[in-house]
Amino acid sequence: MKPLHLVIAFIVLLAAAWGFLPPFTVTLLCYIGLYSMVAVGLVMLTGVGGMTSFGQAAFVGLGAYATAWICTSPQAAELLGALPKGVYPWVGLLLGLAVTALVAWVLGAVTLRLSGHYLPLGTIAWGLSLYYVFGNLQSLGGFTGLSGIPPLELFGLSLASPRVLGVVIWAVLLLAIWALHNLLDSREGRSIRALKTGRLMAESMGVDTAQQRIKLFVLAALLAAVSGWLYAHMQRFVNPTPFNLNIGIEYLFMAVVGGSGHLWGAVLGATLITLLKEQLQDWLPRLLGATGNFEIVVFGLLMLLVLQRASTGLWPLLADAMRRWGWVRPEPPTHPLSGAVASLEQRTLPPAGEQVLQAQKVTKRFAGLVANNAVDMDVRAGEVHALIGPNGAGKSTFFNMISGVDDPTEGQVRLMGQDMQGKPSRAFAALGLGRTFQHVRLLGERSVLDNVALGAHRRGHKGWVASMLRLDRAEEAAVLAEAMRQIERCGLADVAHTPAASLPLGQQRIVEIARALAGQPALLLLDEPAAGLRHLEKQSLAALLTQLRAEGLAILVVEHDMEFVMNLADRITVLEFGTVIAHGTPAEVQANPRVIAAYLGGDVL
Amino acid sequence: MDLQIALLLVQDGIVNGAIYALMALALVLVFSVTRVIFIPQGEFVAYAALAMAALQSGKLPAVLWMLLALAAVTLVVEAVRQARGAEVDWRSTAVWAVVLPALAALMLLVVKPESMLLQVLAVLLLVVPMGPLVYRLAYRPLADATVLILLIVSVALHLVMVGLGLFFFGAEGSRTTPFSEARWDIGGMTITGQSLVILGVTALLVVGMFFFFERTIVGKALRATAINRVGARLMGIPTSLSGDLSFALAALIGAVSGLLIAPVTTIYYDTGFLIGLKGFVAAIVGGLGSYPLALAGALLVGLLESFSSFWASAFKEVIVFTLIIPVLWWRSLNTHHVEDEE
Repeated sequence: MKPLHLVIAFIVLLAAAWGFLPPFTVTLLCYIGLYSMVAVGLVMLTGVGGMTSFGQAAFVGLGAYATAWICTSPQAAELLGALPKGVYPWVGLLLGLAVTALVAWVLGAVTLRLSGHYLPLGTIAWGLSLYYVFGNLQSLGGFTGLSGIPPLELFGLSLASPRVLGVVIWAVLLLAIWALHNLLDSREGRSIRALKTGRLMAESMGVDTAQQRIKLFVLAALLAAVSGWLYAHMQRFVNPTPFNLNIGIEYLFMAVVGGSGHLWGAVLGATLITLLKEQLQDWLPRLLGATGNFEIVVFGLLMLLVLQRASTGLWPLLADAMRRWGWVRPEPPTHPLSGAVASLEQRTLPPAGEQVLQAQKVTKRFAGLVANNAVDMDVRAGEVHALIGPNGAGKSTFFNMISGVDDPTEGQVRLMGQDMQGKPSRAFAALGLGRTFQHVRLLGERSVLDNVALGAHRRGHKGWVASMLRLDRAEEAAVLAEAMRQIERCGLADVAHTPAASLPLGQQRIVEIARALAGQPALLLLDEPAAGLRHLEKQSLAALLTQLRAEGLAILVVEHDMEFVMNLADRITVLEFGTVIAHGTPAEVQANPRVIAAYLGGDVL
Repeated sequence: MDLQIALLLVQDGIVNGAIYALMALALVLVFSVTRVIFIPQGEFVAYAALAMAALQSGKLPAVLWMLLALAAVTLVVEAVRQARGAEVDWRSTAVWAVVLPALAALMLLVVKPESMLLQVLAVLLLVVPMGPLVYRLAYRPLADATVLILLIVSVALHLVMVGLGLFFFGAEGSRTTPFSEARWDIGGMTITGQSLVILGVTALLVVGMFFFFERTIVGKALRATAINRVGARLMGIPTSLSGDLSFALAALIGAVSGLLIAPVTTIYYDTGFLIGLKGFVAAIVGGLGSYPLALAGALLVGLLESFSSFWASAFKEVIVFTLIIPVLWWRSLNTHHVEDEE
């Protein structure tokens, strides 16, 4: 069976049994559906995006309280007097989504530039605060809450009974999972996956990672708010307790225990934790002879165990087992069709000989240490320019400054004639800079194809909504075809569908070159591309670079392999202790006494 | 509001701020050395305060059983590690998992101290070894995990410790006898001896920590680890030593804070969490890295809390925790380029 068939079987089974299940089970399934909705948002945040939130319960609360207030308060009734009563819950939904989006956006905006742990810390504070706000606002019923919330109505059909509302809950959940699955399998999805471990790399591919993070956070919050809206109309009553920080933490447990990297892990986790809580609340107080929510101790210990022993959660274990028992067979990778590339944005390269990159008097100081001292150099279209120097000469620092990873203390970097002071690396990418990294930065678990396709990120334009609704297929085919073209060009066709981390280091460097090429750069920065390559591989790399030069690309190489550099480069700049000590053709540089001294030591001068 | 009330609120704010400062100090210390955002810090406060209260009412602080269980499990874990070929430092293990818990058990089960000084000693013996034991059981197996995973571990541990706190101490709150009953009237303002004790001990701890980090070889080793973990390991400073020590210091600071605050505020099993979080808000002012900024942040949090409890007491917590938003915003202004997570 294919995974999709298993999902369909699951849905059919649930639908067939729905009418016959006892009321208690139906109610329980409703809760599981509601919790899964929140947990699936957390899977996107935690497992995929490398962020997390302890405050999702508060967003559920916003969704629930918004509709409760609209449906029960006299002030709201005054405002909405003209509307029929049946419309109120929908106004409540809109209000809940709007307020949630606003709060999530503000929380995300103040933390998005900081390291990843500030957002969760912010959500702890937020989750605590909202509980006190709900509890102390008399217009929201204080700690007693609001009651008398009407049931939902759809086309005249009342959704009062859990058996009817449950269908809506599960339909919303399954739709959400479908949309998120589509999102992850798209151009935007690739960039979202890079948020966790590869932000710096993704920025260099032109991804606005801060914006992606904030969008992901808002999305997870909105899912929580929808869950809260449905919850309010199922319970017909809200009070602050279920929106407490503790419950927010429980939601995170569901995602982590289930498997925070997998959408279905959320459903598994929500089911397990809900059933476990049910049982524990029953017999733990009896066992301990005291009342209290002691299940949190068990949950906490369970969480520790999962994080230490099976950090990817239980879903991957289950999926592996299903594969071993032959229940599911993974689908074979589909080979992208060539020919679709034409629809992608094409860049016109500058004419050969034109100055593409120019560094003027670039100086970088780290406290007292001068890493780069007034470095001048330029790179022209249609040439290979090599930057060499002994270890610690300041090559990497310089590389960071001409690619937007860091700003020079003094001096100027110009790309395509524009001053790049203070610009982020995605602005460099937008102007046509493609680069590789000295320490390979690939998404190890993703395929080579996926990694290379990320390089073409800027050339597509379909956004989140289009991706979720599968309106991006033509563009996605073009992006994949372009990625495949670059993979073939770099001689990696055999490994296109292999996880990048399983390749030898030398090949991983070539994958980085293919990724840079997928962005159709005008200027290519290569940081030690030949390191770890065997002799024949070096030759084919040199052939590739020669061909790219002939096509009009400007190429800057940092490299230690002198044979490689001398045979390939048109011009060479030599750095030592942060200062340019020589500049010229390979022959000139080789004859320069200062260069010989720097490399071989001794007092030649 | 007249001047007298304002002075009263300032005094209150400074005293509370001192406690938050201690929290912030411990949090910055643990984070910089181990990258653990130690959410359960506040639990040590509650444990110490409630254990002291139990002692003073002639009861056995049942959390002793938790300490003994932690010690036993740690010994088993270390034995298993040894059997699997890992190098186990049995000397430090003996200190944290045998000697100190045994002394705690001796104090609480046999000596049953009556004098306040011995009671303080018993509580410290009870709470301090929990730090390194918790570190070894919960965090050490994940020493290479991301900050985010370690944070989730912290939250899980917080739940476990709060739940156990409820089990061992019950849901009722307690207060303890003040260390000083003295009172002075200065210009119509009352200053209590207890608040001076709080400020004095806080100052002493801050200065002590300063000397520890500046002047002792172990303190310098911890600082080295905080600056560069790998480099420190290459220089022969074991990761586990720095973990043990920083968590022991955190537990010590937590326990002292609990002992200081218990005579002033009624402490419940879950009060520690809020105290710890306010310490966090203070620590975040300094970006979880700067001790002086964290101290300033603590003062700010204390004052904000006392003044908002006067003006809008129901929203006191909301106001204090919302402070984190402008603080984070201010910090994010200084961050420019994207960096990858550790």
